Amino acid sequence: MIKFTRREILASFLGLPFALSACKSNSENVAVAGEIVGANVDVGHILREMRNAEVPINNWETVKVAIIGGGAAGLSAAWKFTKQNFGDFVLLELEDKIGGTAQSGESNIISYPWGAHYLPVPFQENKELVALLDEMNLTEGKKSDGEIIVKEQFLCREPEERVFFKGRWYEGLYLHVGESEDDKNQLKAFQKEVDFWVNWRDENGKRAFVLPVANCSNDAQAIALDKISFGDWLRQKGFTSERLFWYCDYACRDDYGLKLDQTSAWAGLFYFCSRVRKSGEESQPFITFPEGNGKFINFLHDKIKDKTRLKTVALEIIPNEKGVDIIYLNVETKEIRGLRCEKIIFAAPIFTAKYLIRDFKTNPPNFVKEFEHNAWFVANLFLKDRPKPRFPKDFPLAWDNVLYESPSLGYVNSTHQKGLDYGAAVFTYYYPMCHEENARAKLFGLNHQELADIVLTDLSRAHPTIRELTEKIDVMRWGHAMISPRTNFMWNSSRDEAQKPFRNIHFAHSDLSGIALFEEAFYHGIRAANEILKAETRA
Amino acid sequence: MNRTPLLFLNVIIIATCGLIYELLAATVSSYVLGDSITQFSLVIGIYLSAMGVGSWISGFLEKDLAKRFVEIELAVAVAGGFSAPLLFLTFAGVSYFSIILYSLVFVIGALVGLEIPLLIRILKDELDFKKLIARVLALDYIGALVASLLFPIFLVPKLGLTRTSLVFGLLNAGVGIWGTWLLENLINKRDLTILRIKGFIIVILLLIAFIKADSLTSLAEDALFVDNIIYAKSSPYQRIVVTKGKIGYSLFINGNLQFNSFDEYRYHEALVHPAFAAHGANPKRILVLGGGDGLAVREILKYNSVESITLVDLDPMMTQVSKSVPALGELNKNSMQDSRVSVVNNDAFIWLDNNQNEPFDIAIIDFPDPNNFALGKLYTTRFYNLLKAKLKPDAAIVVQTTSPLMARKSFWSIMKTLEASGFYVKPYNTTVPSFGIWGYALCKLQPFETPNKPQENIELKYLNEKTFASMFEFSGDTSLPNEEIEVNRLDNQALVRYYESEWRRFE
Repeated sequence: MIKFTRREILASFLGLPFALSACKSNSENVAVAGEIVGANVDVGHILREMRNAEVPINNWETVKVAIIGGGAAGLSAAWKFTKQNFGDFVLLELEDKIGGTAQSGESNIISYPWGAHYLPVPFQENKELVALLDEMNLTEGKKSDGEIIVKEQFLCREPEERVFFKGRWYEGLYLHVGESEDDKNQLKAFQKEVDFWVNWRDENGKRAFVLPVANCSNDAQAIALDKISFGDWLRQKGFTSERLFWYCDYACRDDYGLKLDQTSAWAGLFYFCSRVRKSGEESQPFITFPEGNGKFINFLHDKIKDKTRLKTVALEIIPNEKGVDIIYLNVETKEIRGLRCEKIIFAAPIFTAKYLIRDFKTNPPNFVKEFEHNAWFVANLFLKDRPKPRFPKDFPLAWDNVLYESPSLGYVNSTHQKGLDYGAAVFTYYYPMCHEENARAKLFGLNHQELADIVLTDLSRAHPTIRELTEKIDVMRWGHAMISPRTNFMWNSSRDEAQKPFRNIHFAHSDLSGIALFEEAFYHGIRAANEILKAETRA
Repeated sequence: MNRTPLLFLNVIIIATCGLIYELLAATVSSYVLGDSITQFSLVIGIYLSAMGVGSWISGFLEKDLAKRFVEIELAVAVAGGFSAPLLFLTFAGVSYFSIILYSLVFVIGALVGLEIPLLIRILKDELDFKKLIARVLALDYIGALVASLLFPIFLVPKLGLTRTSLVFGLLNAGVGIWGTWLLENLINKRDLTILRIKGFIIVILLLIAFIKADSLTSLAEDALFVDNIIYAKSSPYQRIVVTKGKIGYSLFINGNLQFNSFDEYRYHEALVHPAFAAHGANPKRILVLGGGDGLAVREILKYNSVESITLVDLDPMMTQVSKSVPALGELNKNSMQDSRVSVVNNDAFIWLDNNQNEPFDIAIIDFPDPNNFALGKLYTTRFYNLLKAKLKPDAAIVVQTTSPLMARKSFWSIMKTLEASGFYVKPYNTTVPSFGIWGYALCKLQPFETPNKPQENIELKYLNEKTFASMFEFSGDTSLPNEEIEVNRLDNQALVRYYESEWRRFE
């Protein structure tokens, strides 16, 4: 494997000019404690090696339903089963930790997320999700218009966001400081475009953009937006403001792991429109916890712990006349076992289907290759103390702290929601690798020290003391972090095709929405569970 | 050229500079460490003995006296000139400040001690010994007088400590550079050039520091405190300063006045006794949030029914200062040592969220004003709901709620927040000269009559039946304004924004 110099790595991840100055001013790169966490299993290797694995005759068991994948979708399906008193199922998860990209970690300072970290308050129409929030005791009644009231301590505490630009921190995400009249007018005009789509309804009264995606209108006017990139859409509308482009680009990187010009304009507008009830209203507030969406994962998992099998990888899924057989491997004990099921819920990323489902191996359906995933890495920094403000007028530490001049997304402060405002803290740093060619290979070519160095060098532009304050950095590499809603993907037929059950296999994953959000994973988990439950009652 | 008179002028300047550095060190140290008698005494002692050491060392210098003299001048210019800014900066940043202080005093003293003997030896060929000694010593003492007059009358009030230090550094450097011309024939050519270059570099550095002095002094409380500082220390949370002035002691946190002993009883009587009046029965368990100065506790201990007081204050240093600084212990009647008081050092928000306690009869909430988000959370509906869960059904609480005159919307926003949290609220206000018109909220969990007098047999300086009842009246410029006022929640922090915009007007 080709090894890169520190300068080359920093230049590739943070930009050449910054990397040069960082290498000059900080020539020694002191080792920092921590490790790369998460699945170490080389699944590809296992699958190749175990191609023709045989299950010993005594290792077969029978279960009505198996759920493949313990992320938000699989757990939501399990939650639905349990709620409907259906208990004859198991859930298989590859990693030793449940939750997929919504998993979280714990430290003696505070718990912290490894991926998804907030949920906008759902509209009242999203009844299943509202029911989950009620069950979790996060709500306290309803407003007069029927919208739910989430308890204050679970709504993101102010100050929510700040942005670092040319040496100073400013309030909010959109950079207002130094904006020209033209910038202001363009922001207003952009808001008008958003308002147009927020208020837009098709002839059946459906919104263009709403969560879940399944409830969005498929009217030609709306889905035509999918044909161009968000960047092209902005330019076609005559927008030029640099900070507006930055704002939209940040939105795409933040929610989709894609750059502005890679993202479908439909997906771009979805971000801005789907959480606004009607024009002029604020976007739905965020529900968040120190551990991010790990809160939901842990709640869902607690109820079905006895049905969960961790560290198990499905080697082959074999549909047959009676149902579906699954051959799986415990990656720790190397034991091979078999499951005879009537039905399964495939709640793993769609691209894996072609490696696992027997019929797909030789003859993969066309839609599979349409599902592209992007790579990220997430780092948790354990700090003995938080960085002091450098200037008295700097906007103080917020929940979400964004660096305008960085390709990273900045960091989220886990102690914020708990009200811990002094001393030790955990910062969760996000880096979507949308600027990279061969991102996945590059990501897995870097060791812990190199990844930690990128994080610290990036954050040192805002916090010169970050290296001294950081006691440990753990890094998670997400090779297939989330589905990419790139141009022309959202409304081609692949999502529809992929969602159809294949023999007795029901698919459930946020991939099927084209947008990696908890609401979408939840929707597909519930939908797949309902499909099976319905057939069950019929039988 | 007869250079002797010019060299005598040098003596005056050197003598003046020497004394100025001594005065600066003593002033800075008593400024930041307090206890001026000890500081002046130690600094003068160390300085003079170091001068003795310097004079003694001068006996070992044989050659190149003129060159040495210039070098020493330049060294004094650096050590002395940067002394005050260095001391201020290190005080803010390091824990072993006194070691740095006394070492610096010693170094400057030793260098100054070298100056006069060397100069005498340089001049001894120009004048006879009797006259030389007489003039040099006379001028030396006159220089001291000049310094001691200039320092309090002109330098400190006009220039401040940092700039004074830098100006005299410049004078020393000037003497050194000037010396390279006056003593030109005693120094070889190459050395002359090097000395001049060194000299000019030092002058430039001192000039830069002089221009940038404002940013240096903003760290030090140069202009902030009129009175003598008797205690000053930084904790991880805040900077605590106690001063003593003509009318009493003052406590500052981050430069904001917390109380003045002259009128603090007005503030604390108004803070504590309405809660007891509204409670009526025999309150036993008392909760104090904030109030690490022990003054609210002093008032609470006037009630015999009180069995326990739990005081939750963020900063261990604050609660420690209230016990260990004698002036404060005297003021709070050593209330922090009372066996009924237990101190918890934690953020009250976290403490309320994490701890199960037997419920309290009375809670006194005395936080700093909500001038940042970390403090703003202590005034939210969430906070008051957490507090509610720790109160008995008939409990009474009082919250300090900033000035209804200076920060009218902030004040009424807190009232609305308390109401939104389920409290029945009686706003009241009083006058504390050090602060101005000050506001509080008296609350219970059930509807209640506004109390009209303090409880019987409680010794009070300020409150009586008349003043007590009048506190609940609001004037036209402090009453609820006729506009929409937001409830302060964690997810809007409306109060911090009100507070910031209202107090900014007075900055």
